[in-house]
Amino acid sequence: MGITEEEERFIRKETTLYVKNVSKTFGSNRALSGINLMIKPGEIHGLLGQNGCGKSTLIKILSGYHVPDPGGALWINGTQVTLPLPPGEFTKYGMSFVHQDLGLVNDLTVTENWAMNEIALTNNMRMDWNAVKADALKIFAKYNVSIDPDEEVANIGPMQRAMLAILRAVEDIHRNKATMEQHRGLLVLDEPTVFLPRTEVDTLFDLVRRIAQEGISVMFVSHDLDEVMELTDAFTVLRDGKNGGSGSTAVASKDQIIEMILGKKLNAYHVDTKDAEVFQRQEPVLRVEELMGNIVRGAKFSAHRGEVLGITGLIGSGFEEIPYLLFGAVKGATGVMEFQGKRQDMSRYSPRKAVEDRLALIPADRKTMGGAATLQVTENIMMQSLRHYRPHFLNFKKLREKSLDLISNYEIVPADPELEFGQLSGGNAQKVLLAKWIQENPDLLILHEPTQGIDIGARQAIYRLIEKTVKELGMTVICSSSDYEQLEQICDRVLIFVQGRIVSELVGAEITKDRITKLCYETALGA
Amino acid sequence: MSNKLQAEKRRFHFSELLQKYAVIIVWIVIFAVFSIMMPDTFCTWMNLRTMLGSQAVLVICAMAILVPMIAGDYDMSVAANLTFVNVVVAKLNATMGLPLPLTIFIGLLIGVCIGMCNGFIVTKFEINPFIVTMGTQTLLAGFVLMISQTTITGVSQALKDYVYVKHILGISPSFFYALILCAILAYVFNKTAFGKRILIVGRNAQVAQLSGINVPRIRFGCFVVSGLISAFAGIIYTGVLGGGNPTAGLSYVMPAFAAVFLGSTCLRPGRFDAFGTIIAVYFLTTGTNGLALQGLQSYIQNIFYGGALVIAVIFSVVARRSREKKEIKRAQQERAQAEQELLEQLAKNSSIPAAE
Repeated sequence: MGITEEEERFIRKETTLYVKNVSKTFGSNRALSGINLMIKPGEIHGLLGQNGCGKSTLIKILSGYHVPDPGGALWINGTQVTLPLPPGEFTKYGMSFVHQDLGLVNDLTVTENWAMNEIALTNNMRMDWNAVKADALKIFAKYNVSIDPDEEVANIGPMQRAMLAILRAVEDIHRNKATMEQHRGLLVLDEPTVFLPRTEVDTLFDLVRRIAQEGISVMFVSHDLDEVMELTDAFTVLRDGKNGGSGSTAVASKDQIIEMILGKKLNAYHVDTKDAEVFQRQEPVLRVEELMGNIVRGAKFSAHRGEVLGITGLIGSGFEEIPYLLFGAVKGATGVMEFQGKRQDMSRYSPRKAVEDRLALIPADRKTMGGAATLQVTENIMMQSLRHYRPHFLNFKKLREKSLDLISNYEIVPADPELEFGQLSGGNAQKVLLAKWIQENPDLLILHEPTQGIDIGARQAIYRLIEKTVKELGMTVICSSSDYEQLEQICDRVLIFVQGRIVSELVGAEITKDRITKLCYETALGA
Repeated sequence: MSNKLQAEKRRFHFSELLQKYAVIIVWIVIFAVFSIMMPDTFCTWMNLRTMLGSQAVLVICAMAILVPMIAGDYDMSVAANLTFVNVVVAKLNATMGLPLPLTIFIGLLIGVCIGMCNGFIVTKFEINPFIVTMGTQTLLAGFVLMISQTTITGVSQALKDYVYVKHILGISPSFFYALILCAILAYVFNKTAFGKRILIVGRNAQVAQLSGINVPRIRFGCFVVSGLISAFAGIIYTGVLGGGNPTAGLSYVMPAFAAVFLGSTCLRPGRFDAFGTIIAVYFLTTGTNGLALQGLQSYIQNIFYGGALVIAVIFSVVARRSREKKEIKRAQQERAQAEQELLEQLAKNSSIPAAE
């Protein structure tokens, strides 16, 4: 590998992780190109970037899940390793990962979770549970954490769960003697704070700092710029699969980092309120007040006929809950919705009533919530419309004809009404679901991540479909999405959620990808 | 448009056809083998009508399992329900002398109540129906013994007449009751919107809920219908026995489940189906009847039923996998083709940005 002796000496002595020129291509799509990254021993290093910038691809290369393109090089704890890394053997290199879902089994006790790796790997028939428990308690005491080892994970707090997962990962590093002799090791925290209450984040940060003091480096992946500013020593930004910039957190300003994330300076935007004025003159058809769910805290908004209203935010901010709340599919929701003059108490609303009120919901999870994967396309596409046919003697010929019509109108490929729904590609599955609901002429169409996992050709087709439907049928569309570019393309107005509340509203030409990104991050900072 | 559709017309594969009719083919083979081996005992009208007429209770019992099964729920309590109704009807009619129509009404009512209990517990407390109905099964078996520990004889002749004695076309009437019930269920599940809704609930309850279907109510309803059909089976059983038996009816649970699963592998593979179930029942009957005529003891029945259940389930899964693989392959090819077309289109029209 073409590096100088001097560089090599530096890597050996001064780094825990050194990534040089790593790329990854999926099909024709380049997810990472020539990424460089350096983490020093004992450093807390922030990894930043927007959705789809390549953060998770990079992490998956480190964990051996993805095979990078040839040409890159990787040093762990100062030693060069051959790429690709064998999957699942990262602990051998002194690395450990904590993912967003923490990797805990809720129905097992803290002790059992603590010994999870041992249970998975050991050949011993008998486990010494007292020793495992003592071991866990010793570590908990060392880091000043109090968790009851006999309690089920489901019953401990979210904070304790995060700490349990982190300490367990740290223990995996500690067990690696070679790494510990060098006082190195790398702990990767992949958005561990998303599900944590804000007030408790500080406790977690203290723990992370203590771990770093021992010499273990921490890679801290986060959406939240504020957290990165507070916790990290240095940072690296990825943008569109490339290095967006890096530096020392103490020196860089927030604006500089945002600029690195976006790739350009934020200019003053020219605001064109023409569209907004058109809608503001009308009476809204939908009014929502004091809407509360599991994440959403008292949302209030309205929508007009023929309007495409975008709802967005960072993941976990509550925007993703809105579709299910409006459709009455979230237990324990409260609030009031007034739609077309009908007032509804949301605590007693249900999907059944929503369908009667001519609402339609297309969930993000198409194959498990949108359609029945093991039923045929016809059965899925006509699910909602059976009542238009003789209910006591279904005319299958007519159903099939109608379904063929829809298949051809919505350009669904393959055009086979008997194919199982689960066999369709993402884009075609989405078209089936759109056809299923739109043929019923709903008055309010609710979309959740309508083009997630769909290739760009089908994506454009779906945008066109939505546009056409709104124009022809004059329905209201609510689009809850984390794809800011998409919102820019299709929405008349966008509401931005931060921590369960609506904090800003963009109208007409104000809606740009950059502007939304900035508001999502900045408002989180201000909070 | 029509050309394109014709091109997309579904391709039939030999393996698919084989799978569809496998049970029927094996049935014919078994039938032929027994006929050749025992032309004087097996292949006689006498034996055939016995086979047809003797299985009505099993068919009806399998139908009782089928209904909640399509909605995605196991009902293990049908045979116990049947036995309970059998003993109560016999006790009321034979021992206590209540008029037959009243006892039949009470019997059906009991079945409905048992179904309501199962349905209520399952949907209200969201408990695994397998466990709940296992519980009610054992509970009912206990109650049965509380009512009577010995066989009861002497139910009204009318019941025996209309169930077993007064042959139609030489076959006992109970066969036709089972056939009519089967036709009604086939109609509801295959021809009505209501039946489709039940199927959707069984395949993906979450989708059903988000499509505005009242999932708990449908599941509850299916348990109630299952209870009613079980009670009907119990009444037919009373007529067949001419009385009540506190233990014999319980043994129907295994062959009935075997028939339902075996039935899901023929006619419409992968789907529980009323007529498929009836075919499976007579397939199983042919096997056990032939083996019994060969002089094999009655325990051979259990071996046959148990074996058939396990093999049927394996068979349906294997067939399903191979079909899935084929379809996935086809879908992948089509997707690759579509991608290729898109890329060509993009290359032609350079005004569209080529990448995200």
